[in-house]
Amino acid sequence: MASVTQLQRQFIEYTTSLYKEGYLDDQFTQLQKLQDESNPDFVVEVVSLFFEDSEKLLNNLATALQQKVVDYKQVDSHVHQFKGSSSSIGAQRVTNMCVHFRNFCEEKNLEGCLQCLQQAKHEYILVRNKLEALFRLEQQILQAGGSIPMME
Amino acid sequence: MKEEEERPHVLVVDDSLIDRKIMEKLFTNSACKVTTAESGQKALELLGQGEDKHTHMNKGPKINLVVTDYCMPGMTGYDLLRKVKESSDIKEIPVIVVSSENVPTRIEKCLEEGAQEFILKPLKQSDVKKLRCHMQFRRSIKGRLCIGA
Repeated sequence: MASVTQLQRQFIEYTTSLYKEGYLDDQFTQLQKLQDESNPDFVVEVVSLFFEDSEKLLNNLATALQQKVVDYKQVDSHVHQFKGSSSSIGAQRVTNMCVHFRNFCEEKNLEGCLQCLQQAKHEYILVRNKLEALFRLEQQILQAGGSIPMME
Repeated sequence: MKEEEERPHVLVVDDSLIDRKIMEKLFTNSACKVTTAESGQKALELLGQGEDKHTHMNKGPKINLVVTDYCMPGMTGYDLLRKVKESSDIKEIPVIVVSSENVPTRIEKCLEEGAQEFILKPLKQSDVKKLRCHMQFRRSIKGRLCIGA
């Protein structure tokens, strides 16, 4: 059973790597700063909303791109939403992927769009797994009686 | 109950639930009371400008600041801004437009229409702190309450 100190160190290392590798950006830090005693689960709540929203959007995108006649305006609207929500929680790599995706929408490039959808899905799954791991680490620290280190 | 009424009341308008939740927290952390609306139409109703505005005696809660997303389906933030500024009873309420896209013509358009400010999303706590100065917050004294950062 890892000690609180070991868990906290793990947390710091893991968080640092997420920022370094571009999975998360400063906006995620902003969210963490918003969390307080009156709203101790704020970050998890917002991120959960993001997960729900993203899964819906990814499904809608797949459907929209499967149509005989693709409505690129509709596709772009979904990507715009995805870009917005990922940016709001600091999921930088997903946001960046959405930027590329929108370019292909503008060009009405189906192949490009399909590729971007795959990549966006991939980036989303990666960040989701990493955030879930981060939250699990937080839980472990709290259950072991420790406090979550503040990341600057 | 009295304390509740003393805080500035912000109306946050955004079709994204995630953004509504984040903005709500940003403003409550800055000691504001927050009401959220998912569309321009809902916002107008809360501002007492709904369908029944002429028959409805109660104009709704006193709003000191409107913060609206630009890109919304149906009524855009710009449309909402125009409706607020064209209305005789609520045109004094400062409106802040927020957007994830940095489009100079869009920004100009909003400022020309009377938006107090145009801010890029995602908003930070520091952005919100600065906004408190814009709120038309009347206690017993008339005039704006400007709180330093």
